[in-house]
Amino acid sequence: LKESKRAVNSLRDIVDDDDDDDLERVSWSGEPVGSISWSIKETASSSTSSLEGRDSSLQKGSSSYAAFPKQVSSYSLSSLFKGRNKLPSFQSLSDALSDTGVKNYTPELRRPKAEYKDYSSDWSPKDTVRRMQRGKICSLERFRSLQDKLVLLDEAVAGHDGNVITAVLIFLKRTLRREILFRELEVRQVALSHLIHFLKETGEQKLLLDLLRFLDRTEEVALSQYREHLNIQDVEKRREFLKGCIGLPFSAEDTSHIQDHYTLLERQIIIEANDRHLETAGQSEIFRKYPRKASILNMPLVTTLFYSCFYHYTEAEGTFSSPTNLKKTFKIPDKQYVLTALAARAKLRAWDDVDALFTTKNWLGYTKKKAPIGFHRVVEILQRNNAPVQVLQEYVRLVEDVETRLNLATKYKCHDVVIETYRDLKDRIQLTAYKCKVERGSTEEEKINSILNN
Amino acid sequence: REDRGRSPQRDFHILFVPRRSLLCEQWLKEQGVLGSFIHREQYSLDLIPFDGDLLSMESESAFKECYLESDQTSLYHAAKGLMTLQALYGTIPQIFGKGECARHVANMMIRMKREFPGSQNSIFPVFDTLLLLDRNVDLLTPLATQLTYEGLIDEIYGIQNTYVKLPPEKFAPKKQSEGGKDLPTEPKKLQLNSAEELYAEIRDKNFNAVGSVLSKKAKIISAAFEERHHAKTVGEIKQFVSQLPHMQAARSSLANHTSIAELIKDITTSEDFFDNLTVEQEFMSGIDTDKVNNYIEDCIAQKHPLIKILRLVCLQSVCNSGLKQKVLDHYKREILQTYGYEHILTLNNLEKAGLLKPQTSGRNNYPTIRKTLRLWMDDVNEQNPNDISYVYSGYAPLSVRLAQLLARPGWRSIEEVLKMLPGPHFEERQQLPTGLQKKRQHGENRVTLVFFLGGVTYAEIAALRFLSQMEDGGTEYVIATTKLINGTSWIKSLMEKLEPAPF
Repeated sequence: LKESKRAVNSLRDIVDDDDDDDLERVSWSGEPVGSISWSIKETASSSTSSLEGRDSSLQKGSSSYAAFPKQVSSYSLSSLFKGRNKLPSFQSLSDALSDTGVKNYTPELRRPKAEYKDYSSDWSPKDTVRRMQRGKICSLERFRSLQDKLVLLDEAVAGHDGNVITAVLIFLKRTLRREILFRELEVRQVALSHLIHFLKETGEQKLLLDLLRFLDRTEEVALSQYREHLNIQDVEKRREFLKGCIGLPFSAEDTSHIQDHYTLLERQIIIEANDRHLETAGQSEIFRKYPRKASILNMPLVTTLFYSCFYHYTEAEGTFSSPTNLKKTFKIPDKQYVLTALAARAKLRAWDDVDALFTTKNWLGYTKKKAPIGFHRVVEILQRNNAPVQVLQEYVRLVEDVETRLNLATKYKCHDVVIETYRDLKDRIQLTAYKCKVERGSTEEEKINSILNN
Repeated sequence: REDRGRSPQRDFHILFVPRRSLLCEQWLKEQGVLGSFIHREQYSLDLIPFDGDLLSMESESAFKECYLESDQTSLYHAAKGLMTLQALYGTIPQIFGKGECARHVANMMIRMKREFPGSQNSIFPVFDTLLLLDRNVDLLTPLATQLTYEGLIDEIYGIQNTYVKLPPEKFAPKKQSEGGKDLPTEPKKLQLNSAEELYAEIRDKNFNAVGSVLSKKAKIISAAFEERHHAKTVGEIKQFVSQLPHMQAARSSLANHTSIAELIKDITTSEDFFDNLTVEQEFMSGIDTDKVNNYIEDCIAQKHPLIKILRLVCLQSVCNSGLKQKVLDHYKREILQTYGYEHILTLNNLEKAGLLKPQTSGRNNYPTIRKTLRLWMDDVNEQNPNDISYVYSGYAPLSVRLAQLLARPGWRSIEEVLKMLPGPHFEERQQLPTGLQKKRQHGENRVTLVFFLGGVTYAEIAALRFLSQMEDGGTEYVIATTKLINGTSWIKSLMEKLEPAPF
């Protein structure tokens, strides 16, 4: 890669008239892209090829089309339409043929209504579906009896065109009693899926839920209803709504998640109200030093925990905003808790708190450092928060894997740890080599020398 | 309506692309504006050519509709697109397929042919075979990070309709004369297709092999420019000058791709990319797919982008034929607690699509599939590949393997494995009018059209192109699909939209 970059840059100097890096793009036929002659060729070719290429079964092979404009005054989008052969949908061929020869070669501005509507009342369900597939709007009103409507639906399904199926379903939804519609759809899977999709798209929540309940698709009912909470902006209303969701027929696992969601939002509302009060009162130091950038409402659980460890770390378990309370209520695993608390305290440069996180007293009263996550992760997070070397060093020392320990120690200049590790490994060579990395005359250098001399 | 009030002379037209939608018209009617449109047309785009051997319907929602909502409308349009193709290039005599959707499309094609007898034409068939594949036959491939040049561009920057937008810093022209010129802030837009010679050469290569191609090219172009010193006669100078535009284009092309390659290299040499790839490859080679993975947990703890997490857990699930309930619950809980409970909806979608689900049968079929189809190749050669596994540096895309084995020796040899993959497999023959039955000359390649129903990745396209140019491969491939995808865009299409709808 470096070679090619060098070559490229040297070439830049050679080629003098290097006005723009843009290649002049040229179409297949040689016209510069974007030029007028290119545009003309493009529209001409797309008209002809699309005509020929269309499903030949439905076209009778007519080849005449409106004459192409010989001069065009301006290249606006509308002038492209004028005189251009109408892109063939199945009924437009006849239109293209009836060009009136107006100066701008405009095709007729309004299609006769007859082209769209079918006033004839003779079309059978099968033919109706056929015509609809071709884009003609058919009046379905004449299908009055249930029998006729069902035949129409079955024909639409057999035709596979989703648009037509949806159209028929809209008609049936309007003209059939709910129970009958549901009952008939229960045995027509394809139509049923279409209707469900349609109801989801149009947001007809009530009908959708009724349908799903009728079909006994209870879990879907639950999820569908739960989804609605996203449309509720007001926090109190959303909380109420979520409370209502708890009893819904979710799967066992999901039920506990929904429960948690409600509980979390409930807590967040309390914390938010409280903290906003503290902030405006201006008495609390932490809020003055680190003003909040956003509200805690609707934030995920872990974010809430971080916030709590940041602003409410020392609170007793009894309050809603204390981290330990959150941990207990939501059964947050140790690993996650320690990581989050560490991140928060490190950000605040509260090294003592960090220390306390990892210190445990065993039964003899001795303290020991332990972590549910590897100490290298601790070091990483501390380093990201610019912890002083003395603090970093403590934790680098605790990294179990020797190689990792050495890497980190060297990287972050924790000299004591490097020295101690080489000493323990009895590696004279590396220790001597490390001398050049420490300051002349420093305590570290002395330390190395004394070890080497023993 | 507002517009109408302002300028009553204005005409409003509406063009539905790719097709008219009753739903839209219904809504417009409800808003009371349907009648204001003078023209209501549809511009039917079924299959759009993206390159000489690539067609796409660019239907983003096809996979979601077919597999989540049981709405097979997009398959109807795929069938129509295929009918159009046959009208242009001749009836395809053999149709193979694997999957429910494939079966459905084939049925529709046969029915459409029957219902329009006038469509029998006298064109010599260009395609010998059509292979229809459901995306859900191979859910694994789109989840893995692509490692071809084009694949990586798509993964990192996203290629839209053959265009890519890149950060402009590396593309700023170095002009000494104008000192202190501001760096462009607009992203640099480039078009990527096979019309660009250099791109055609490097797009399907494994990224690690791109550097050497670029440096060779650099030498050739430098040498070509050096020629100007050797041109002595008027004739020689004239010849040199006539070559100049081509050489300038080549230089510009080289400059662009060198910059792009640098941008990509910055990412692929990062620790995170390496760690991610390592875990992917562990899963794909069957290592530790049944436990909670530490790297994934770490990423969740560090709140990496959710889609990245989802790709990894889905990959693990697919490589394990579903996760053990405990493992699945653990991941779900961590995800919901870290990213928000509302993602229950997305997780539900992923389960429905088969991407992240509990292991039902208690059996993991993946190792058998992997071994029989040789999906994991340890001795992959990235520079001079001899097998399609180079596109993922070790993993051979399952879908392309199926195509490869179909051509030679045929699917009978993998009956057992085919049964483990979802959906029926089948063969259909379409009658050709007498006289059109083509006898392939000795050494002449068969042409197979592979249609991916639900999406295809650039890496799979590269793998098929690799098969096409193999010495004694015997088959050339043309690729069609409902959409060009990568793991990110694919998972995104399955995620529940969390903002309230605009209407």
